[in-house]
Amino acid sequence: MRADRIFNAMFWLYLFVFMTYLFAPLIIMGAAAFNESRFPTVIPWQGMTTDWFRAMWADAAMWRSLGTSILVAVCVVVIVVPVGTAAALVLTSLHARARSFAYALMVSPLLTPGVVIGISTLILWRQLGVGGGIFLIVLAQSTFIICYVMLMVMARLQRFDRTQEEAALGLGASPVMVFRRVLLPFLRPALLASSGLAVLQSVENYNTTLFVRGFETPLTVFIATKVRTGLTPAVNALALVIIVATVIGAIAYEVARRRAG
Amino acid sequence: MGDLKNRFGTGLSTIFLALVFFWLAGMVLAPNLMMIDYALRPNLPPAALGGPDDTYSLANILYLANEPTHRAIFFKTIWASGLVALVTFLVCYPIAFWLAQRATTGQLAIAMMLIIIPFFINEVLRTLAWFIILAYRGPLNAVLTNTGLIDAPIRWQGDGGVLAAMVYAYILFMLLPIYNAIESLEKAQIEAARDLGASRWRIHTRVVIPHAKAGIATGFVFTFMLAAGSYIAPALLGSPGSRWFTEIIYNWFFEGGDWNRGAAYALVLLVLCLAVVLITLRLFRVNLTDVAK
Repeated sequence: MRADRIFNAMFWLYLFVFMTYLFAPLIIMGAAAFNESRFPTVIPWQGMTTDWFRAMWADAAMWRSLGTSILVAVCVVVIVVPVGTAAALVLTSLHARARSFAYALMVSPLLTPGVVIGISTLILWRQLGVGGGIFLIVLAQSTFIICYVMLMVMARLQRFDRTQEEAALGLGASPVMVFRRVLLPFLRPALLASSGLAVLQSVENYNTTLFVRGFETPLTVFIATKVRTGLTPAVNALALVIIVATVIGAIAYEVARRRAG
Repeated sequence: MGDLKNRFGTGLSTIFLALVFFWLAGMVLAPNLMMIDYALRPNLPPAALGGPDDTYSLANILYLANEPTHRAIFFKTIWASGLVALVTFLVCYPIAFWLAQRATTGQLAIAMMLIIIPFFINEVLRTLAWFIILAYRGPLNAVLTNTGLIDAPIRWQGDGGVLAAMVYAYILFMLLPIYNAIESLEKAQIEAARDLGASRWRIHTRVVIPHAKAGIATGFVFTFMLAAGSYIAPALLGSPGSRWFTEIIYNWFFEGGDWNRGAAYALVLLVLCLAVVLITLRLFRVNLTDVAK
């Protein structure tokens, strides 16, 4: 019994260390945004300031890269949601053997390193005379984000009752109408959730984007470049804003997902 | 196919098939085939393309095998990624077991939320956070010197820094599959083992881990692949002595100007990752369907 108590105490200590490991980096990074020191750090604390937020706000290059990231994310959503949904519907209509082959092919981008997706897209399109830029970033990111949409739609499809479609057909609806009025409304929560996930995946992508960006500078590339060319707490200010926005977004997403069931 | 047509009509099913074809042929297969084509050709000036020198060979791949620095970095990337996966497993296992078997519903909900939040934040920012912590005059060195644990600041940048940041970045990919696997283990099995006199260690090695092996394999596969293909952590936290294979590939494309060699290196990385995935799944008898969840 005493051994158990010691063991339990050790576990709680470990859980505490684990949570510290998870959150200390984020807290320190956020706190450094308020330090007057020119290099982002929390020790020594040279006084509280909000100047770095002003510096970040005034940085035109930051706004441009944010604009690039948003544009890419919107284009990605426009591609991945229809294609991912189509992939899920095609896959569920295949028979056993063809299905497992198609499935392996369809999830293969998830098992391919991000840099390889970027490189292979870049090479193919150079052959066709297209260089790196927004178009290739969108295409390369979509290659694997489609997989996530497909998996989410498939998960939802498993709970779909096909007799609803048959009833609609029996009552004289055309297949297109059945799709629009029966299946799509059923899939709506999965489509919304996967759009959210796609935006997140697109904005945070670095490995794939790095190779196909051409002369574009999406937000992740902007931040990574700053670290090398002159890191000031203005980058921390940006990081803190992104973190707060993502956490709020994540909570909203979770609430929406639960409500959708 | 017939099923698709019956269900959605000719028009819609043609659109669906066209979209899927556009994805699989145009975005998945064609780029990879073109990459293989590039990898097997020499790097020639545009005028010599299609000329007598433009022949297929394994020269670019053999170059990697014969260049000692690149070869060393390649093997180092493999074992270091394996180490990242192993450390991530050791860090996650106790937490996953507790979440799946011991935590109350309330504890589970709170802990899961806390664990997932950092993973919504982008990898570049998480790496930046480690860059700040591990800086020579940064908080970690300050805390350690002030408490007297070390006499002089340590240069964390290098292998140690890369390991810390990668484990941090991939925790969730290891934790969730293991949690899902352990969750399906009946509590009664653990109690039975204990009643029969099994020690805590034996319960884990003989009951819990064998039951969770599919989840553990999935976690290893993803962590290994993400680590081997990572660019940001070694680029920001590495030192000249801790270069990563992806950095070499990047240099062929954007500094060395030899795309063919870069393509060959990328192909080697891809084959390595697919081999690790398939061998691990075969060894642990896990189905691909169970991996991608």
